[in-house]
Amino acid sequence: MAEIQIQNLKKHFGDFIAVNDSSFTIEDGEFFVMLGPSGCGKTTTLRMIAGLEMPSEGRILLDGEDVTFNRASQRDIAFVFQLFALYPHMTVRRNISFPLRVQGITRREVRRRTEEVAQLLRIEHLLDRGVGGLAAGDRQRVALGRAIVRQAKAFLMDEPLGALDAEFRDIMCEELRLLHNRVGATTVYVTHDQIEAMSMADRICIMNKGEILQVGPPMEVYAQPATRFVAGFIGSPSMNFLDAEGGLPAGAREIRIQGGSVPIPETRESLDSRTAVLGARPEHITIRDDGSLRGEVFAVEYMGARQMITVDTPAGRLRVRAPNTVAVDYGETVGLTFDAERLVVFNGETDRAVASTLFEAPLVRGGAHG
Amino acid sequence: MAEAALKSVTKRFGETTAVSNLSLNITDGEFIVLLGPTGAGKTTTLRLFAGLDRPEEGSVEIAGEDVTARAPAARDVAFVFQQYSLYPHYTVFENLAFPLRAPGRKLPAEAIRRRVREVAEMLRIESKLKNRATELSGGEMQRVSIGRALVREPSMFLMDEPLSSLDAKLREDLRVELKRIQRELGATIVYVTHDQLEAMTLADRIGVLSEGRLVQVDDPREIYERPDSIYAAQRLGSPSINLLAPGTLGVQHGPSGTRTLGVRPEDVVLNGAGVPASVLTLEHLGVESIALLQVPGANGAAQQVHALLGCQRGIAEGDSVSASVRPGAVLYFDDAGRRIAAGSTTSRERQP
Repeated sequence: MAEIQIQNLKKHFGDFIAVNDSSFTIEDGEFFVMLGPSGCGKTTTLRMIAGLEMPSEGRILLDGEDVTFNRASQRDIAFVFQLFALYPHMTVRRNISFPLRVQGITRREVRRRTEEVAQLLRIEHLLDRGVGGLAAGDRQRVALGRAIVRQAKAFLMDEPLGALDAEFRDIMCEELRLLHNRVGATTVYVTHDQIEAMSMADRICIMNKGEILQVGPPMEVYAQPATRFVAGFIGSPSMNFLDAEGGLPAGAREIRIQGGSVPIPETRESLDSRTAVLGARPEHITIRDDGSLRGEVFAVEYMGARQMITVDTPAGRLRVRAPNTVAVDYGETVGLTFDAERLVVFNGETDRAVASTLFEAPLVRGGAHG
Repeated sequence: MAEAALKSVTKRFGETTAVSNLSLNITDGEFIVLLGPTGAGKTTTLRLFAGLDRPEEGSVEIAGEDVTARAPAARDVAFVFQQYSLYPHYTVFENLAFPLRAPGRKLPAEAIRRRVREVAEMLRIESKLKNRATELSGGEMQRVSIGRALVREPSMFLMDEPLSSLDAKLREDLRVELKRIQRELGATIVYVTHDQLEAMTLADRIGVLSEGRLVQVDDPREIYERPDSIYAAQRLGSPSINLLAPGTLGVQHGPSGTRTLGVRPEDVVLNGAGVPASVLTLEHLGVESIALLQVPGANGAAQQVHALLGCQRGIAEGDSVSASVRPGAVLYFDDAGRRIAAGSTTSRERQP
């Protein structure tokens, strides 16, 4: 298994900068997810790690060895595209062993490794069946088996679940993570789906327009976003953003919104820009009669274990997550209060988060996956 | 707007029965969502209302009239498809005005202009009226498609997964907008989706379909909390309801005939009194976490259970914990998968 170091990596296509001066280290055995909208540079970065694309500048080290300009085939890295494509006319065994057979490994070794992988995925009993008649879940396991049978130093996956419908994606996310817990292979996984990223990653690297905005465990990027983009991209429904007045000194404990003041985590730096943006996630806003910010209920959405209430306020349309015991109706005027310790203040000009005690608060233990 | 009904309709395609003896009454101004997996008969049911398919048996009524024999154009319904079907070379205004310029309508130009403006405003695309359809984003195009249905003021709207081709954030916004418009207009809508969150958030009532049959029609909360069957229980909620053998998670007493226990992931409680469990995976989704637990099954074999947790500290993958079920939260199903009412029918108390 392997550690992957990315040093000042840069890639341009003509005038277009796809990846701009990226540096990060993927640790041995880590499940590392690169997340961002299309065109953000995540796939280009992955392809450079794979050796399918050569960087314009910078270095890539695999276990300390500089592989920047090695061919893809010299890197001992397995690249996994979509997970669902199987050879329909072959048996499970032949599907799984396919990558080994083209490598010219002895027949005995192919057999041993195929069976080992099948055991790992709990599909030994299906080895000699055709893939045509398999249940959907088993087909996915076969596809996964084919991906991992090579025992590469690292697995690179580019939106492998992109073509699956939502219900199935959830199941596969869990299977992939369980498999990772058992195999422990360094995995770099590219997706634009924040839920996939949150549910599987040890750490998430969020990119936009070729720049890395933040690298951290899921709960860190969720609770302590470095920029407004990160805050908006992670979480569903999105974080609410309220226009606020800037010009805060270090040590400020409140911010002004629509003439009222809202308590915030104590700032650790001054905010010079005239404008600021207050970020509040739906679960950090509470409907309370004495709330100073008032608004009209625009929508109430029942979601089983909870409900999502949309409120139109002078500071914009806000989404509030509430237990389903809260009874409000359309058109009703309600007051809102904020969970002061959880709010993020962004610089209105640069979109960067202002340093505050929020960023010193302890997170859930071990990030995501112990 | 109007009420509508299907009366014992059956629709076959060759050997396949797509819709089987299905009856559904829709009241004026009601938002009905048809929910079910692919092949359950959702879209066929919708097409029967529209007249795009004709039933072999049964009848279709719209606004109190039997329209079974009428062509789609004579039914006064508006259909919105998943893939926006706009005229690419027309502007947004022309696309919206098109249904009003149909030969039979003979509306004066001024009335058309007024109506298009009204609808554009409602859908927040008034600034795009002069753009060509090809210059719009996906979300704007779908707004225009919905707008084209709205300008006509039909008796009812039929919508077939209209939001499913949009990205997640846009879908959320448009979902809330659609519900608002429906309330403002008092529109009667039949809406097909396989997205359970859309169904729960939009519907006045959800019709759960299985193999061409309507297995439960109720408001979302009722189906979520008191599903008639395992099948209906599995249609709502993410992660899906846990189905367990009696005796699992320390649930000993069920009504007689209990074959399966249904436990929603948010009703699995960790670290109180309970059975030993190990944490196989833990997914932090920000506001909440999903744990996959391994617990001892009723007869020795281990079972896997999903638990939906508030953002708890101090639990990690591989940990040993104890797990139990929130009192009163268990659903009991018999060997045919039907729910057995458990004594009282008081609504379950839920934690945030």
